[in-house]
Order: sequence, then C-alpha cells, then structure tokens
Amino acid sequence: MITDWPLLSLVTFLPLAGAAVILTIRGDDALINRNARNIALLTSTMTFIISLVLWSRFNFDTADFQFVEQRVWLPGLGVTYHMGVDGISLLFVLLSTFLTLLCILSSWHAVTTRVKEYMVAFLVLETMMVGMFCALNLVPFYIFFEGVLLPMFMIIGVWGGTRRVYAAFKFFLYTLTGSVLMLLAMLVMYFTAQTTEIPALMRFTFPEEMQRWLWLAFFASFAVKVPMWPLHTWLPDAHVEAPTAGSVILAGVLLKMGAYGFLRFSVPMFPDASSYFTPLIYALSVIAVIYASLVALVQEDMKKLVAYSSIAHMGFVTIGIFTPTQQALEGALFQMLSHGIVSGALFLCVGVVYERRHTREISAYGGLVHRMPMYALVFMIFTLGSIGLPGTSGFIGEFLVLLGVFQVSSLVALFTATGVVLGAAYMLYLYSRVIFGKLEKPALQGLLDLSKREILVFAPLLLVVLFMGIYPKIFLDVFHTSVSTLLENHKVIHALSEVPALAAP
Amino acid sequence: MTYVAAVFLPLFGALSAGVFGRQLGDRGAEIITTISILISFILSLLVFRDVVQSSAVQTVPLLLWIQSGTLEVVWALRFDTLTAVMLSVVTCVSFLVHVYAIGYMHHDPSIPRFMSYLSFFTFFMLMLITADNLVQLFFGWEGVGLASYLLIGFWYDRPSANAAAIKAFIVNRIGDLGFMLGILTTFILFGSICFDPIFATAAVHAGDYVTFLGVEWHIVTVICLLLFIGAMGKSAQIGLHTWLPDAMEGPTPVSALIHAATMVTAGVFMVARMSPLFEYSPTALTVIAIVGASTAFFAATVACVQSDIKRVIAYSTCSQLGYMFFAIGVSAYQAALFHLMTHAFFKALLFLSAGSVIHAMSGEQNMNRMGGIVSRIRVTYVMVWIGSLALSGMPFFSGYYSKDIILEAAFASSSTVGHFSFWMGIAAAFMTAFYSWRLLFMTFHGQTRADEKVMAHVHEAPAVMLIPLLLLAIGALLSGWIGYESFVGQHRESFWGQAITVIAGHNAMTAAHHVPLWVQVAPFVVGIGGILLSYLLYIRVPGLPGLLASVFNRVYQFLLKKWYFDELYNALFVRPAFAIGNGLWKGGDGALIDGIGPDGVAAMSRAFAQRLGHLQSGYVYHYAFAMIVGVTVFVTWITLFHLW
Repeated sequence: MITDWPLLSLVTFLPLAGAAVILTIRGDDALINRNARNIALLTSTMTFIISLVLWSRFNFDTADFQFVEQRVWLPGLGVTYHMGVDGISLLFVLLSTFLTLLCILSSWHAVTTRVKEYMVAFLVLETMMVGMFCALNLVPFYIFFEGVLLPMFMIIGVWGGTRRVYAAFKFFLYTLTGSVLMLLAMLVMYFTAQTTEIPALMRFTFPEEMQRWLWLAFFASFAVKVPMWPLHTWLPDAHVEAPTAGSVILAGVLLKMGAYGFLRFSVPMFPDASSYFTPLIYALSVIAVIYASLVALVQEDMKKLVAYSSIAHMGFVTIGIFTPTQQALEGALFQMLSHGIVSGALFLCVGVVYERRHTREISAYGGLVHRMPMYALVFMIFTLGSIGLPGTSGFIGEFLVLLGVFQVSSLVALFTATGVVLGAAYMLYLYSRVIFGKLEKPALQGLLDLSKREILVFAPLLLVVLFMGIYPKIFLDVFHTSVSTLLENHKVIHALSEVPALAAP
Repeated sequence: MTYVAAVFLPLFGALSAGVFGRQLGDRGAEIITTISILISFILSLLVFRDVVQSSAVQTVPLLLWIQSGTLEVVWALRFDTLTAVMLSVVTCVSFLVHVYAIGYMHHDPSIPRFMSYLSFFTFFMLMLITADNLVQLFFGWEGVGLASYLLIGFWYDRPSANAAAIKAFIVNRIGDLGFMLGILTTFILFGSICFDPIFATAAVHAGDYVTFLGVEWHIVTVICLLLFIGAMGKSAQIGLHTWLPDAMEGPTPVSALIHAATMVTAGVFMVARMSPLFEYSPTALTVIAIVGASTAFFAATVACVQSDIKRVIAYSTCSQLGYMFFAIGVSAYQAALFHLMTHAFFKALLFLSAGSVIHAMSGEQNMNRMGGIVSRIRVTYVMVWIGSLALSGMPFFSGYYSKDIILEAAFASSSTVGHFSFWMGIAAAFMTAFYSWRLLFMTFHGQTRADEKVMAHVHEAPAVMLIPLLLLAIGALLSGWIGYESFVGQHRESFWGQAITVIAGHNAMTAAHHVPLWVQVAPFVVGIGGILLSYLLYIRVPGLPGLLASVFNRVYQFLLKKWYFDELYNALFVRPAFAIGNGLWKGGDGALIDGIGPDGVAAMSRAFAQRLGHLQSGYVYHYAFAMIVGVTVFVTWITLFHLW
C-alpha cells in the first residue's frame, strides 16, 4: 500500500536517484543530451506527482507533523534522520517540485552545453530544496539548507552570463557569512536544549537573553536569503547572471527558504526575541518595499527590475511573518507561494525574449505585441499578478498581510501599502516599454510567438495564478490549523500588546 | 439564475471574443459580445422589475472566496434598488456602445480584441455594482480600472496612449490605496467587510474614537474619508482627476462607456452604497460636498478653453461628477443617483456624437480645424443639440430635472457648505451652457477651418452608429421626466427601499421641494446666459475670444494648462520618484552597500592576499577566505559561550 511508503524520503531522494541515473549515461553527445533531458523530465514529473499525493492525503485538522519518518542516524549525538511536513511546509514542497518540473521543461532548448551536468544540478537542487522543507532535525536541515547553495552556485557559475564570477562570489559571500552564524547558533541550541530535534526545540523555552543572540544569528542567515534590505544586493546580480531556470528557482524557492526559516525557527523557538525585534523587521521591510520599488522603477535590465520587485514583495512576507495575527501569517505564506509562481513566471517571460534576442536591455525591445500577441497576453497576466490585482494570487497575499498588520500597527500598513502603488508603476512601465509601441527595431521583426513547449510551461503557471486568486480556499485551508497552533502555542499572542512604538489601532 | 446570468453573460462574451477571436472573425466577435450584452440588458430589466416590486434585498451567494481567522469573504451577488438601477443603466449604455463600436471601429485591425475588452469591462462593472461586500466591490473596482487601462492604451502604437493608460492606472491606484485602507479600517471596527453587518451596526459605532499618532480620530469619519479617496480617484475629483482628460486617448466608444457613463460614476455609486456609514460622519459629508463643488467649478472653467472636442466633454464629465458628489455631501443621495442616470444617457450621447463628428472629419479632434459642417452631418448635429440641452439643464430635458434637484437640495440643506455648493453649482451651470454651445458652434457653425481633403470626406455616420445615438437621445429626452417621481419625488421612499439610508435631520431631499422660486429658476437663467454669451463670442463677434485670450493671457494660460496640475505633479512626484530611484540604486546599492559590503570585503581580501604574496583570482579563494573568517568567529563564539 502507498500509505506505508516513506513518501517524504521518496519525494526528497527520487530526484537524486534520477541524477545518479543520468550520470551513468554513456554514448555520443546527442544521445546523452536527449537521455539526460528525458530522464530529468520523467524524474521531476514523478516527484511532482508524489508531492500531489502528499497534498491529497494531508490531514487539515491537525497541526502535528505528518508523514513522519524517523531513524537513528548519529546515535552518540542524538541526531536522527527525521522528516515530516505540516501546514506550513507542505505547499512549499509542492512549489519546489512544481517549479523544478517547469524549469526542466523550459531549459529543453535553452541549454545546449553540458546538458547532462545541468540536469544533474537541477535534480540535486530539487532534492536539497524538498529535503530542506521536510527536515525535522537540525543536522539534516542544515545539510539541505547549505546543500542548496552548491548546485545553485554551479548553475550560475557554469551556465551563467558574463559577470557570473562576480555574481557567484557576491552570492556566496553573503549567504556563507549568514550560514556560519546559523551553524553556531545551532550548536548553542544543542548544548542548551540537549536535542537537535526541531519539534522538541519548538517546545523548549530558551532564556530570554540567549533568545536574542540566537535570533540574531538566524536572522543573519535568513535575512540574506529573503533577502531583506540592506542584505539584498547579491540578488539582482545573481539573477542577471543566472540562466533563466536558475532565476526561476532562485526567485521561486530559494528566497522562500529564508522566510520559511523565520517561520520554522525564529518565530516558534524564540518568541520573545521575535516580538522584541519586530520593530526592526518592520523597519527593514518597509524600507525594502519602498526602496526596492523605487529602484525597480529606474532599472534598464528586465531581470534586474524583476529582481528588485522580488525584494519589495518579500518585504510584505517578512512583515506578515512577524505579525502575530492569523491573517498576517497566512497572508505571508500565501504571498510566498504567489510570489514563487508569479516571479518565476516573470523570469520565464524574460527568458522567452532573451532566448530569441540574447539581451535583457529593456530599450532593445518595444512593440513585441505586434509579433507576439500570445506572449503579450501571458506577460500581462503575470504582470497583473505581480501588481496584485484582485482575482490574481498576488492580491490575496498582499491583502491578508495588510489586514493582519493593520491590526497591530496601522502606520506600518500605511507605508507598506504604498508598495502597491509603486508596484503598479514599475511593472506597467516595464510592460509598456517592452510590449507596446511601434515595432521599429529591425532585429525584432522576425520574432516568433510562443512555441508549443513554451505554452506548455506557461499554461499551468497561468492557471495557478488565476485559481489562487479566485478560489484561494484550498491553499488557505492547508495553513489554518498550523498557523493558529503556532500562534497559540508559542505565546506569540502576548506579543500583540508588546510591539512598541508603532502600535496604533 | 436570471440574476447570475445577467452578470456573467458579458464575461462569457469577453472570453469568447478574446480567446477565440481568430476563429470567430471580426463579425463573429461582434455578434457574440453584442448579443451577450443584449441578453444581459433584458435580464437586467427583469431584475429591475423584480427588485423594485419586492423592495427586499436579495443575495445570491456563489462561492467562498477568502477565509482567514475571523475574516470571511464570499463571492456573492447583491440586488437591491441601487444595484438594479445601476445594472439597467450599465447594460443599456454598454449594449448601445457595443452596437456603435461595430460601426466606429469598422476599419480597425483588432476588432475582436476591442469587443472583448468592452465586454470584459462590462463584466467587472457588473461585479462592482452587485458586490455584497467591500472586497468584492474592490475586485470590480480594480477590474474596471484594468479594462480602462487596456482600452485607453488600445492603440498601443501611440506613445501618448500608453502614457495615458499608465497614468490612469496609477492615479487610480493612489485612490485605491485609500480605498484599501478604508476596507482594513472597516474590518477593524466592524469585524466584517460584508455590507449587511456593517450597515446593521453602523449606528452603534457612530461614537467610536481611536488614537493614532497621538490624536483622537472619529473612526467612522476615518473610514469614510479613506473610502472617499478611492471614490475621488475613480470619479476623477479634483486632485485625482488628472488621468481622465488624458484617458481620451482611447477610442471614442470607450470614452462614452467608461469615461462618461459608467466607470467614472463608480465612486458615486460606492459612496451611495455606503450611505448607512457616511450618514454618521458629518465631517466626511462636508468634505465630500466641498470636493464635489470645487470639482464642478474647476472642471467647468477648464472646459471653457480647451480645443480638443473630447477633452471638453471629459472636463464636463468631471464637472458633472462634482455635482453628484456635492449632492451626496448634503445627503441627497437620490438626487446624485438620479443625475448619474440621466448623465449616463446624455453624456454617452454627446461622446458618441463627438465620435460621429471625429469619424466624419477623418479622425480630427481639434475644434479649431472644424466648423461649417451643419448641413453635412445633420443627424449628428441634432444629437449634439439634444445632448447639450440636456447637459445644460434646459427645461424638460433630462438634465433639467436632475441638475435642478441637486442645486435645490444643496440650497435647501441650509448649511454653509450647502450654500457654497449651491453657488459653485450655479457658476458651473453657467459655464456648462457656455462651453456646450461653444463646442457646438466651433464644431458645426461658421466657416470651415478644415482642409479640403477632410471636407471632401465629411459624411454622416452609418445606421449602425446612428441608431444607438437615437436611442440615447430618447433617454436624454425622457429619462428625467420618467424617473423624477420615483428617484427624487414623492415615491422615492418606496422606490429606494433599504438601498439608501438617510438619518433623521438630514432632510435636504424633502426641503428641496420647498425652495424659493428664484432658486428654482436660477439654473435656467444662468444657462440661457451662458448660451447667449457663447453665441456672442463665437457667432456674432468671432474675433472676441482671441482678443480676450490675449488681454487676459495669464488667466487664459492658467485655464488652458488646466490649473497646472500635471506640471505640479510631475515636479512633485514623478520626477523625484525617478531621481530618488536612481539615487538609491547607484548611491545606496552601488556605492554604499556594495562598497562597504561585498566589494569592500573583496578589496580588503585582495589587499590581504597580496600581502601574503598569494594573489589568486576567482571566487574559490574568496570562498576559502570567508571560511577562515567564519571559523575564527566560530571559535571565538564558542569560547565566549562557555565562559558565559
């Protein structure tokens, strides 16, 4: 019976197995490339299907971890291989498997050099991402969390653009500094609580002063990943140099790891520190929203623009995570999913024209609607999703976050909401420069509209964006119990009265 | 079923034409969208009959939308008299515009797209007016904004159209920001965003205060003002009006449907819908009256000097919306909605007639290059007369009934702000008549100022365009007379039922029927005065306008430049936003963060490495270096913790 299968291990390690199979392929280049692509597609499809099974069997009424697997790993240290998902992590497993599948599909023709290694890198990346969202012990968590960087680093460094060395370096410098601090914090936690089990740590109460130090150490790691202002400058460079599919995963999943970390560690394990530092988070997030939006307005590179928009949107997420209300937390989670889909899709949109013209300069385009009406439509819908138009996924997340934070601080809500206006400005400005106008540039005359394969990639994303906007219930239902338990258990609620300075109605 | 179909048929039409446009062809797309709207219109009339007869609020729940904590938002359709009136007006005008567009867009290469957008707009508008809660209203609200954006920028080859489209969306978004914050505050106060619970407990919360930034605020007033900011954006009230004149870049049927008859009145509708709340905030009502009256006056002054035929009508729309708002400001919601209805007919008529003129003049919109075409397009000429007579409130045309009741209500409210509104309204009425006949004279009369090639092509529009004009003309003639008793006369209480709430003491509507005689005739007298003045200036002494413009050059420039709102906003917001953006990018990200952060560390490590004599290029070295730093910190930290 499928019920007895270790589903989480399967969904985590199936891609790794696929990668191993790809490595064994021998033969001439064409054969290797073809087989590598096919195996990667097959593996990622199966992984995605298994993750759907997880969703269908998920029990919405409990906040406990489900599909739990636990085996002794390093007995001396009490380290176990411990996997499980709850309402907070489940959908991120799906997001990872969904986007990986689409990435492999979208790279079908875009990547022609070292196809084998490329597919291996993506499958390894998938294992690391999924494992990170499932891990319930500090050691496997840390391994997966850091393990993600390796294939990503390779993807940027090998298949990236001209300044990939600088970008990869910057990316690494930031993330590594954070990781070292996080590792230290984990050691301290182990020495203090005498356990590496995440569920146990969530129940453990750390002394208040220690909480603050631990919180800061984790913050160093997660804030870089999100990224929060002012630790964000690696992101635009990494995106610009990364190949399209790399950007999709980077924006779609990797940025979520920081936010997920906040939710899995900082908020439940260090509740006092979390409420103590909430004003800091609010300040940095509000700055991120406004600052990144203004910077996005003046970008000349399409990818950089979308990258800065990600920073602004993740500002909503961090505000939501540290606002102890049901709506804010669910809004943050929803916004993470929505942003994963929308920004991933926007990077794919950039990739479509990049593949055809090999430039991301906005000024190199204009009037594409004449040659590519279908592309114009697809790009428009994702633009609207990014703007947060009601009826798309973007609205639900932003609205819930604003509603949640408004109950705690109307001033923060007010500032954050300006991002909604600025977001419309930079996205529509981008859209009109690329898509509208006369088709005057000779190089654009021969462009072809979306191919069948590209439509196949965009169609599911498009449906998800609209579906999440019109009937978000099935996603929100997953969150409800876990979020309300999080709020109750970890006395975050008392923080409501403690958010100083900015509190108003 | 009737109810749901009336709302969703336009969506069906839009999707059919949008997705299968190529397969359906131009004609197929035209037929499917127009028929859908026609059926929707017929169903709307049935709904109207039902609702007015039963006078109960009917709600059709569709689907749970958002549920989080105590927030619950349901997709649901709400039908009361207010909805039914709007439903009939919107589908009626939309149907006529669809028909007209078949003729007007005849030469356009992307007809399916156009028809699809029009139907799409209609769907969102219907969602807006049937909304059962604030969030769904917001959905329709932003949806019509999107449709408006797409239609203003319909001719996407033109940079000016693209700029206008973006401007419309963003200025509206600023209003929507207020709207959104209003929704949030409503949720805080009422614990719900559905109309029924809000309306039921509005009186209970009328005395609630909240402290924000150290000041005590009357919370209902805060909500009302925030919502009103949204209404100001959508309905182009002074300050947030700048997008509407630019929106004339869109094809003329769009201007008639969206930027005259329906979408721009959404703000008026929304405030009327929320009347049970606004009634408890005298401050908000006062603000609304002042903003409305100021807009009525301001827009009329600008309309007097513009030379683009569509811009004149656009400013006229702005001004008329101002009338509706100051009517609301004195709690004469019924009068505002009455004017909304009559205005939909005569303003759509004027716009479509202008479209007919533009069509006849080979796309020319500048009235300085028109004239002398009375005999060539006689039907259109008559239509403009009817529209202008209705607009300037000449007796027995529809505008006469609705505008007069607004002015009378303003006067009768016997408050300072009521009198302010009244006098602003009278001044605007004078200018309305003036600019209407100025438009009429400049467009049709005198010697032609167009070149021969254009004149050779002047021709009356085809029947498919003229029939909608005739039907709208009937509306412009009769809607005031037919609607008077129900909307604002004796039967208004039973007609509106529970759709509008007016609390005791706000009796402008009743008092409006008992104002002195001079108040009743004043609008007519100033109207005649305005017509005579424009006759004098543009027919009898045609040299005079130019002379006046040069003598009062300052004033003329001030009006011509639309009170310099665009210049002001560009200097205050647009250019600084780009400048700050650039500054933050190059200075903040580039010099400061990267300079001190990664680049600084890189430079340091390079210097460090040089000193060691192991210069290596590439990231591997830096990675290693970072590791070393990390391990050092690690060891230090551990030691510290053990001590601690």
